[in-house]
Amino acid sequence: MIGVGKIKQYTNVLEKPINKGKQEVSLSAFAFLFSELVQYNQTHVDNIAELERRLEDAGYAVGARVLELLCHREKLCHISWAGFESLSFPSHVWIRLFVETAIEGNRRETRLLGILSFVHSTVWKVLFGKVADSLEKGTEHEDEYMISEKELLVNRFISIPKDMGTFNCGAFVAGIVRGVLDSAGFPAVVTAHFVPVEGQQRPRTTILIKFAEEVLQREARLG
Amino acid sequence: MAAIYSLFIINKSGGLIFYKDYGSAGRMDTNDSLRVASLWHSMHAISQQLSPTFGCSGIELLEADTFDLHCFQSLTGTKFFVVCEPGTQHMESLLKVIYELYTDYVLKNPFYEMEMPIRCELFDCNLSQAIQKDRVALLGR
Repeated sequence: MIGVGKIKQYTNVLEKPINKGKQEVSLSAFAFLFSELVQYNQTHVDNIAELERRLEDAGYAVGARVLELLCHREKLCHISWAGFESLSFPSHVWIRLFVETAIEGNRRETRLLGILSFVHSTVWKVLFGKVADSLEKGTEHEDEYMISEKELLVNRFISIPKDMGTFNCGAFVAGIVRGVLDSAGFPAVVTAHFVPVEGQQRPRTTILIKFAEEVLQREARLG
Repeated sequence: MAAIYSLFIINKSGGLIFYKDYGSAGRMDTNDSLRVASLWHSMHAISQQLSPTFGCSGIELLEADTFDLHCFQSLTGTKFFVVCEPGTQHMESLLKVIYELYTDYVLKNPFYEMEMPIRCELFDCNLSQAIQKDRVALLGR
């Protein structure tokens, strides 16, 4: 494998191999960038609902890419060509075997709880450095699930002015979750809400996930 | 025993963007605080010109009979000054802490307009905590 045992400085960030593990970014740098994202969108919209939608769309793009990246990084199976050399297979059979083994080593989530726990743990860990505080099933509706967080990382330095009502910059994170779920085959409507907590000044944030009908039907069919 | 009487933050043009009074007898209304802030801004600028030493960055400490005034000017021209009891220690470090809170909870807030009055809930919360911590540490000494 190229680069094993050598510490190589990559001048261009696009040349870095994506397998290169966890990267940490300065929180301040991200906070300023996110603040600018919100400000930019604010100048292009007429109302708050539109702003929320724009932030969600921005998050959606991130979510779709994050899923691809994590699935690529989580490959558990390492193929070695040397093992196949001694066997005399025709070439098209070689290729089929290689492809089949590669997929086997990286299982795609097909169950609801599987994908939810993937979002709650793996995606959160990679994006925010910690797993989400809690994952709950909604009591009122069958298709609702909630990921809660004491305070979203994106909201750490943001104080919403009183005249903006219930607007939450966590709409960006809701968009990320929607992007991940959509790309994984679980279409859903995802929104971010502030939930006031007894005895605490700052409200908790809840990401509410409402799955589409087809997801629940498929889940029921799979048993 | 409140060591700190009041805190002012003024922008680079001398306009008052934040004023907090900590229960002193000399509580000012909005107009007075605006006037005092711009007065200080001018005095600070004049002192830079009047200074006999080269490379003076303005008044850092003003000692009077009934109060002390500690001033910190950031590289961008934003001034943080605190009026406190005479002889209060460690005001410089408190001002640095307040500056850090300003950069975190005001400058990273997308809803804050530069040079405008500060209306950030998180800044107020964390500021109260910092002042309280300082007060407790002071009583402990």
